[in-house]
This record gives sequence, C-alpha cells and structure tokens, in this order.
Amino acid sequence: MSTVLKSNTQEARTGSVGGTAAANRGLGTRLRRLNIPGGLGGWIWLAVIILPVYYVVVTSLKTQAGYFGQNPLSLPTEPTLENYQSVLEADFAQYFLNSAIVTLGSVIPTVLISFMASFAIVRGAGRFLKLVNGMFLMGLAIPLQATIIPIYLMIIRLNLYDSLLALMLPSIAFAIPLTVLILSNFIRDVPNELFESMRLDGCSEWQTMWRLALPLTRPAIVTVAIYNGLHVWNGFLLPLVLTQSPSLRVLPLGLWTFQGEFSVNIPAVLASVVLSTLPILVLYVIGRRQLLAGLTAGFSK
Amino acid sequence: MSNAVSTAPGPSVGVRNSKQTEQRKAALAWLTIPALFFFLVFAVIPLAGVLILSFTSWDGIGAIGAAGLDNWYSVLADPGLYNALGLTFLIMIVSWLVQTPISLLLGVFTAGSQRYRAVLAVLYFLPLLLSSAAVAIAFKALLDPNFGLATGLGLPFLAQDWLGVPHLALGLVIFVIAWQFVPFHTLIYQGGVRQIPKSLYEAAQIDGAGTIKQFFHITLPQLKYTIITSSTLMVVGSLTYFDLIFVLTGGGPGNSTRILALDMYLRGFRANLMGPASVIAVILVIIGLALALFLQRLGGKDKQGSQLEGL
Repeated sequence: MSTVLKSNTQEARTGSVGGTAAANRGLGTRLRRLNIPGGLGGWIWLAVIILPVYYVVVTSLKTQAGYFGQNPLSLPTEPTLENYQSVLEADFAQYFLNSAIVTLGSVIPTVLISFMASFAIVRGAGRFLKLVNGMFLMGLAIPLQATIIPIYLMIIRLNLYDSLLALMLPSIAFAIPLTVLILSNFIRDVPNELFESMRLDGCSEWQTMWRLALPLTRPAIVTVAIYNGLHVWNGFLLPLVLTQSPSLRVLPLGLWTFQGEFSVNIPAVLASVVLSTLPILVLYVIGRRQLLAGLTAGFSK
Repeated sequence: MSNAVSTAPGPSVGVRNSKQTEQRKAALAWLTIPALFFFLVFAVIPLAGVLILSFTSWDGIGAIGAAGLDNWYSVLADPGLYNALGLTFLIMIVSWLVQTPISLLLGVFTAGSQRYRAVLAVLYFLPLLLSSAAVAIAFKALLDPNFGLATGLGLPFLAQDWLGVPHLALGLVIFVIAWQFVPFHTLIYQGGVRQIPKSLYEAAQIDGAGTIKQFFHITLPQLKYTIITSSTLMVVGSLTYFDLIFVLTGGGPGNSTRILALDMYLRGFRANLMGPASVIAVILVIIGLALALFLQRLGGKDKQGSQLEGL
C-alpha cells in the first residue's frame, strides 16, 4: 500500500498547481477549439459562484432601510460600515483571537510531531515502525468525526471541557495520519547519498533530521500546514460540542450564534460572514499558489 | 533500506555496519512516540470508546450504565435510522452525479492556458475559503423570498420556501454542497489534466481525431485515477457534511435532511441519548471503512482512502 501511496503523491507534486509552461501551451492549442461551449459553461459557472459572493458583500454594506428598500443586487445608495462595527462590538475580535490560537496551537504541534514520525518511518526500520505506519494509514480510512461522543466524554473526564485546549488535542490527532502520509512521501524522495554524506560527516540522525530533511521538505511542510490550518480554522463540530462559554467561541461558532441572535439584521449577519473570511482572503491574495496547493495537499495528480 | 549494506566496501565491515545500521534504524522508533501518543489517545481510544458506549446508557452528564444490546435493538427498530441512511446515500449519490461532471469539465477548462481562464479560476476557487457555517448562513440570506436573489434577479420561480418544503430543502442542500465542494474537485481535476502528456494529443491530432474524440479517448481514460481519487474524497467526505446541513436546515423541515452524522449529533447532544447516538456513530464508521475499501479496490491504487476531517 505504501509504495502505491508514494508513487501517487510523487505524480501529484510534479503536476501540482504550477504545471509546466510547455504542457500548458500544448493544452492551449488543443483547448482553443473548445472555446465556445467551454467558454459559455465557464461564464455560467462564474455567475453561479460570484452572485452569492456579490450579494453577501453588497448587502453587508447596506443599512437596514437599504436592505428592505432597495433591489437586493443593487449597490448600496448609502454604503455604511456600521454593520461591521456592530459585528466587531459583538466580540468578533475575541473569536478571531480564539480561532488563531486554536489554529496555531493545533497546526504547529501536528506538523512538528508528524515530521518526526515521518522521518523515523522513512529512515528507520523494524516491526514497530511498520506497525505505527500501518496504523496511521488505517486512520485515513476512518471518519474520525464519528468519534465525537467518546471525545466529549474524555474531554470532560480530563477536566478540559470548555477550554481552547480541548479543541486542539483532537484536532492534532485527526490531522496526524494525512500529515504523516504526505511528509513521509517527501522525505522518501530525498536522495540517499545526502543522508550518507551527513552520516560520514559524523552527524547523528537527530541532526540529520533537522539540518537535512527539514529544509529539503519545507514546501511540503508549508502545504500540509495550510491544509490543516484551514480545516481547523473552519472547523465547526469540535467547538460546538466541546465549548460553551461565549468568550471561548471560535469564528464559525461565533458566526452561527451571531446569526441566531441577529436574525432580524441580515446586513450585520452578512458582515460577520465577510469579516470571518477576511483573514483567509488576505492569505489567498498574498499566496494563492501556496494556498491552492495546500488546499489539495497532494490530492491533485 | 539495504543501500547502506550493499555499498559497504568489504564483507566484514559490511556485517558490522549493517548491524550498527540496524540498531540505529530501530533506535529511530522513539521519534514516532509523540505522534503515536496523540493518535492513540484522541483517535484510537475514542474509536474503541464509541463501540463500548454503544452498549451503555448515558445522558451526557450523569453516570454511565450498562445497557447491553438495548441501544442496538432500539436504533435498528427505529424508522428514523433508515430515513437517515437513505438520505445519506441519496445525497451521496446525487452529489456525486452533480459534482463529478461539473468538476471534470471545469478542471479541463481551467487547465487551459488562456489568460481569461486563469482569471476565472481565481474566482472559481473563492468558495474554498469559506467555512461551512459561513456558506450556510450566506445561502439562508440569499434565499429570502423577498430580499434575496429571487427579487434581485427578477426571477419569481426562485422565490420558494426553500427551507420549509422537504424536497426543496433536500435539493437546496445538494446544490449548496456542490457550490462549496465543486471548486475543490475542480482543482484536483485541473492538476490531473495538466499531468497528461501533450504528446498523446499531438499523436491524436496527426491521426485526425477531433476535440470531442480526444476528450473521450485521451482525457477521460488518462484521468482514471484522478476520477477515483476525487470520487473517494467526495463519497467518503459526504458522510461528514454535518456542519453545512446543521446550519442550513438543522435536519429539517421535519427529518427531510437529517443525514446520519446529523442524526448522531441530534440524538446524542440534543436528546441526550449518547448510547443510541454511539450506535449511529459505529454505523457511520463501518460505512466509511466499507466505502473507502470498496473504492480503493475499484481503483487498484487509490491513495488516501478518505479525507475525513470534514471535507
């Protein structure tokens, strides 16, 4: 199974978002002929995607009167930021901070311990490591969300209920299998001669791991960090079940309770939607390639 | 693994080296301990725990008592289970049928090199940035019969009671799922298409094959493993559409969108029946495993089994 996994992800990497210029050119000449139906479909889908986004943004800039009075798709006659102000006053800064803490607090340990495990799985040998690897691979095929009830029980028994740490611990565990899979595929690609020369220079495996394997797998680490980060950032079930206090809400949960309380003020609700997406939108604008590669984390091949 | 041994200069040195190497390699095992610890405690133990809890009665707060097979009998006799199972599979299959052709065509489309396609692709991928909660809330506002899209576009047929009529709510759920997840699969197909050697197309052109022929005879067969990967993620991921449906419809109207994952949550955390909810969870795990194994066999070499953390 694992060799299969490897070859797949290798293909995935070479063919990821960038693609080679030559291949693109070849496709270009081929696809130009499809232009009319393809183009039409492309524009229709664009409308399907953009209309909701446009509606959310313009409505969030309208006053209540504007919302009830104007055409829903027209630009606001008196654009206002007061909706955003009321969202911020509803503690969204706190939710944002909570989301940031939980995301960083999950992603950094996940990547760190998964990297160490991947290094051992690739460079080491023995029955124990085989067993560990097999277990992580099994973990990929199990819908871990179904374990929410025992996790709830454990978190209560550990006296962690209603804390941010309660969100991080299962998030880390859920993210390990895929992270180990991707990182070990990348470490496996580091030429053996490099490891050998490190060893001849008298470096221990520990030093080799940090000085050789880590820098060489940095792109993969960024990719899995983004992938895991987005999942934690947008996660809903764990915060819903494992926290309770308003001061511990993360953004998706904050959004949900906000729309419950402010259901009469749709512009404010939609402002909260925009505001909660803004950090990731900024990321998308800055590092679109990285983010898209991270989103599929080696699924595209 | 045996490279170190084979490159060693002499037999005696080789033996010593290989022994050292073996020891060194085995010594690396401790590096897996932190990851192993987290995974055992917060994934493996809960997985065993859910099976155990399915034989107990617990209200989520008080003491846990043994219940034998009672939960299983009551859940298996409950028509609600079969409703949820049916809906789960219905949404799974219809979502697959809707999303796969769209994603595939958009993947081919965005893999093209024209500038405008690259710009469109940037916009296509926007839904990927939104949380399920945000998507659900946005669509709820959008579908308001008076102040939503229907009025904005002047299309009265859009002004329906989308969340109040069972079959409309179900259709809406499938549409919103497609809106949210097609971009992800488009991205996968885009990568797959870019991977196809262009020499295949050149050869086909020389043979006089047209665009449509090329699509069916080159693109589609070449995308076989991409289709399996994407389908696996789609099908197994559909078991975990929990958050979107929870915020959008809450399972309603009635039980018309109450899929298994939602059924588990509502039984456990709303009705405080953790035992029966654990039975549903066990069923969910079994279905997920079975689907992943089935699709893996289908493809012969599929890799991730499933991406189950809420895709």
